[in-house]
Amino acid sequence: MNKIAVIDYGMGNLHSVAKALEHVGRQADQAVEVVVTPDPGEIAVADRVVFPGVGAIRDCMAEIRRLDVGSMVEQAMQEKPVLAICVGMQALMRHSEENGGVDCLGFMDGEVRFFGSDLRDEDGRRLKVPHMGWNEVIQTTDHPLWQGVADRSRFYFVHSYYVHMHRAELIAGSSHYGAQLVAAVADKNIFATQFHPEKSQTAGLTLLRNFLSWDGQG
Amino acid sequence: MALAKRIIPCLDCDKGRVVKGVKFVDIRDAGDPVEVSRRYSDAGADEITFLDITASHEHRDTTIDTVRAIAGQVFIPLTVGGGIRKLEDIRAMLNAGADKVSINTAAVIDPEFVRAAAERFGSQCIVVAVDAKRVSAADEAPRWEIFTHGGRKPTGIDAIDWARRMVDYGAGEILLTSMDRDGTKIGFDLELNRAVSDAVSVPIIASGGVGNLEHLAQGVIEGHADAVLAASIFHFQEYTIQEAKAYMASRGVEVRE
Repeated sequence: MNKIAVIDYGMGNLHSVAKALEHVGRQADQAVEVVVTPDPGEIAVADRVVFPGVGAIRDCMAEIRRLDVGSMVEQAMQEKPVLAICVGMQALMRHSEENGGVDCLGFMDGEVRFFGSDLRDEDGRRLKVPHMGWNEVIQTTDHPLWQGVADRSRFYFVHSYYVHMHRAELIAGSSHYGAQLVAAVADKNIFATQFHPEKSQTAGLTLLRNFLSWDGQG
Repeated sequence: MALAKRIIPCLDCDKGRVVKGVKFVDIRDAGDPVEVSRRYSDAGADEITFLDITASHEHRDTTIDTVRAIAGQVFIPLTVGGGIRKLEDIRAMLNAGADKVSINTAAVIDPEFVRAAAERFGSQCIVVAVDAKRVSAADEAPRWEIFTHGGRKPTGIDAIDWARRMVDYGAGEILLTSMDRDGTKIGFDLELNRAVSDAVSVPIIASGGVGNLEHLAQGVIEGHADAVLAASIFHFQEYTIQEAKAYMASRGVEVRE
């Protein structure tokens, strides 16, 4: 039995990611058990961990600290495959500009920046913020989680702040919206996405199916 | 490489069944919302909007069950609207698997509700539905006011001012419906769309009046919409989502293949 723990700290749509994982497990004819839980014991015994997140970073970080989610994630990062999604990925960074500036977990050497209120494309046309919808993702590294996903596939994004990584070699996917933005990060047994694989239909489900069998090696 | 303009089929639902009225009367039945959603997702829809048009409290659980069933089978974004009045309503919908909620009447009654909702759940999941009707005479500069209760109740509030204010309060997206055009199949009110889209920083979903594929393309090209919403042209299979995308692409609009 492949046990996946989705860390529940009260922020966001955990139902969707759990349902999507169950769905791809069925498709792959794999026995998958998905638990949505804040319990460190459950997370410790899981084979794989998903660290999701939706909403404002200040509230997310407050709940992460209150429930000590940071140590659960840190523990998981030492021993098993971890998938961080959206604000989950942002929370791994050092700092976010959102809500007047919020310190994050600092597990990855990156910053979370605001798109700005006057974002423009190359032709000077104004771009709406949030960056909401389906954008192309360029796969900047080979990674087991990209297997079967065509390069430049579109994934679903919804965010107003984006990650800037200080170490470019950790970037696994990039996208463009007024600025170059980090769409995915890969560092040893952790893979993190700014987009929502659970909402990205075929491309997203393929990535999740790859996660179910990923051994945590780059 | 750019963000794709979205095509969003809208499911108007009454007691768990998809319906679509012409100008909110003469309602016809177009099926089971879970089945319809899956069909649209497979056909390449970029999102699904589910509007609960009854939204009475006794049918609340039906709606939540339907949302849960859709979200368990359809892996594209889902927006739920209709009867969202309290923070608990939003939490219930998000927990059932909705990605966004659409707030309409409750925002007009208490604009602070939008602020509280955006602060609690994040702007990314707060859509404010703006139902606008043209109130200017033919020889005047165009002016639109917002209406509530399915377009029956005037509020005296200017639609553009209102959209700006809702964005200031934290709305992450505006679902803009022309009440003059809804159900008419003569196309979006492009002037309204452009005026609102250019006035705010967040994405606009154009709604109300789609009768053919050129209308969808016009919504983006002339109406400056970031997404286009339609119901009856898709429900009654006048056009498929793929035909809509191919047509928009032929007009130079970036779409998801």
